[in-house]
Amino acid sequence: MPYPPHFKGSLDRVNATREKRKTEEIERLSDAERTKLIADFHPDYRSEGMAVLQIGPNCGERVPVEFARALESYSICDPDQLDLSKPDYTTEVLIIGGGGAGCAAALTARECGADVLLVTKLRLGDANTLMAEGGICSAIRPEDNPYLHYIDTIGGGHYTNIPELVKTLVMDGPEIAAWLMEMGVIFDYEADGSLKVNHCGGHSRKRMLSCKDLTGLELMRVLRDELRDQEIPCLEFSPAVELLLDNNGSCGGAVLYNLETADFTVVRAGAVILASGGIGRLHIQGFPTTNHYGATADGLVIAYRAGAGLIHMDSIQYHPTGTVWPEQLLGQLITEVMRGHGAHLVNLAGERFINELECRDTCASACIRECTERGKGVKTPTGHEGIWLDTPLIPSIRDHFVGIYQRFKKYDIDIQQEPILVYPTQHYQNGGLSITADAETSLPGLFAAGEVAGGIQGKNRLAGNSLLDIFVYGRRAARHAVEIAGQVAAPGRLSLEHLHKYHAGLNAIGISATRRSPVLLPDYTPAGLQAEGL
Amino acid sequence: MSTLVPIYYLGRKYLVPEGVTIMSAVEYSGHRLIRGCGCRGGFCGACATVYRVPGDYRIKVGLACQTQVEPGMDIAILPYYPARKALYDLRSVQKPVELLHSLYPEMFCCLGCSACTKICPQDLPVMDIIAAAQRGDLQSVAEMSFDCVMCGLCASRCLAQMVPYNIAMAARRLYALFILPRPDYVKTRIEEVRQGIYQDQIDALLEQGQAELQKIYAKRDIECI
Repeated sequence: MPYPPHFKGSLDRVNATREKRKTEEIERLSDAERTKLIADFHPDYRSEGMAVLQIGPNCGERVPVEFARALESYSICDPDQLDLSKPDYTTEVLIIGGGGAGCAAALTARECGADVLLVTKLRLGDANTLMAEGGICSAIRPEDNPYLHYIDTIGGGHYTNIPELVKTLVMDGPEIAAWLMEMGVIFDYEADGSLKVNHCGGHSRKRMLSCKDLTGLELMRVLRDELRDQEIPCLEFSPAVELLLDNNGSCGGAVLYNLETADFTVVRAGAVILASGGIGRLHIQGFPTTNHYGATADGLVIAYRAGAGLIHMDSIQYHPTGTVWPEQLLGQLITEVMRGHGAHLVNLAGERFINELECRDTCASACIRECTERGKGVKTPTGHEGIWLDTPLIPSIRDHFVGIYQRFKKYDIDIQQEPILVYPTQHYQNGGLSITADAETSLPGLFAAGEVAGGIQGKNRLAGNSLLDIFVYGRRAARHAVEIAGQVAAPGRLSLEHLHKYHAGLNAIGISATRRSPVLLPDYTPAGLQAEGL
Repeated sequence: MSTLVPIYYLGRKYLVPEGVTIMSAVEYSGHRLIRGCGCRGGFCGACATVYRVPGDYRIKVGLACQTQVEPGMDIAILPYYPARKALYDLRSVQKPVELLHSLYPEMFCCLGCSACTKICPQDLPVMDIIAAAQRGDLQSVAEMSFDCVMCGLCASRCLAQMVPYNIAMAARRLYALFILPRPDYVKTRIEEVRQGIYQDQIDALLEQGQAELQKIYAKRDIECI
């Protein structure tokens, strides 16, 4: 589906201004300007999109309406109908989630000699990790160092990050890069044998290692292969739908739900690592998302019911450049590295309006301002609006951005010749379960790693920092979970007593017993879309 | 996208909007997918799909999330396809090419029929990849197979019954480990971190209030593109 004829006027202006824009300098915003732009245009600041939690550890805090609904719902299992006395599986460490963080945790727990079981909702590797395009940031070059990475990350997060978690992130970064290389990941190289590094928003150094524009795919393929080589047991299509506590109040396992047979399975574990990912498929404020089909915040829901606290859940990341046209690719990611390689953000009239290497929340807010207050967005026949990402500015697109090039080629759009129409799309949940530097949550025996954990990135994550965080905290969670699991002398009686309490609380605030969660999968049938108002 | 066109999903007729992807069309028809759906963006290979269109005797394939419907299309999304994967411990490998050949000796049974190349929804030259693996040319295998989403369609068609995508997977890891350079500066940096070189610098920042951090952030020098 090539561009509709009425785009031509705007496309001509983009072409006509391209040469002139190359030499144009756009100043970065001051702290005050940035704060105002975000407060005026970022979706997190729309009060109608937020609700105040009425129950649980974060009672009284603001979170997105769709997430509040998932939290304030009854369990999909009846605690009185499950026999917890004869677990179907017993393991030292249970890992919930088969993406980058879960696989890193499983490999590391095995490395520490533990008995491991990994369970996941869809197939092993079906996760947001696999969809990451840009790359992974690590301060490895002589021109760079962890101190600079720290400053960039904490400034990019508007000083809301938990400092200890950022320190751990940047200090473990170089070791993680080496760990991945030793497992056989093919990173990009320069002709002189040095690792290729890319620029991206908010970073003061080129520090993003890439595998073309398919970095996540390459990482996930290698991790999955290694997991299979080590014959780590894995249950697919079996999401965790509740956590189990033992009589000391520690997390001691989980209830799984077989998506195909609708059976429940009980797993007893010495420690549990939650690596179940983010929230995008709840479609916060109706936004499209770059996220995987399974990103429905399940882990957050079950951990919250069991008493684990959340942080920064009022903060959602909208990636500035999600696809708007063709309609079939709506919301899909166009990596930030394209801006790092010189692509401009350009409005209807062919004008730039923001320094493209500002952080994501800043660029996204500026794109929204262009399409709303300034009326300089390009309208599509299907009622969406966007601004241009001027890709023809990038030399040799087909070498570095082969995935994106191919995807658009199928719709007769040649991104070497024509720009891409983009608009902010939900991309990442900045917040999550509150953790320590050892990845332990406020619930003893429960660890969290990856997007389900919060506080590391503050209220705005920089590009390339989440692929790093999943491995840093996946590995740390595993090391500490193995220690804790080893200390459990005589396993206590498993219980779902916390559900009774939570349900009573829901009942007390008048929530209908028909409302159930976790969501598990979005419903895109006509009936489902109607029910969600999408 | 308001015109409706007929499709057949698992043999049953549905009317769906023109131009949508196969995945959207199946969902529009009322099916909530469990298998056969993953990233919905062309990366994960969960939605390998086989179909036929009227007036053409040939079998066609695509990823359901990336392929638009055509009128009269007869569709099945593959839920799973069994595949053999050899197990290996790459850390103890001495001779990578010999290892690859011993892990997957069936690669030498290739009949040169090119069915794998014809079926690949990523347009990868699968048969050439296997030929490169036979020659022990790990670099060519790695480069030609880099965009592989491991959807399994090549394995479903191979007359020699091999699993080309797993052969390429092993070859890519061997290429990364044995042929790609390992720059020394990575080791140096890890050593520096272990020695605690950045510890004090960062700990000093942990003590700072936000105002001071803001000043340091605003003044930091930014490398050029």
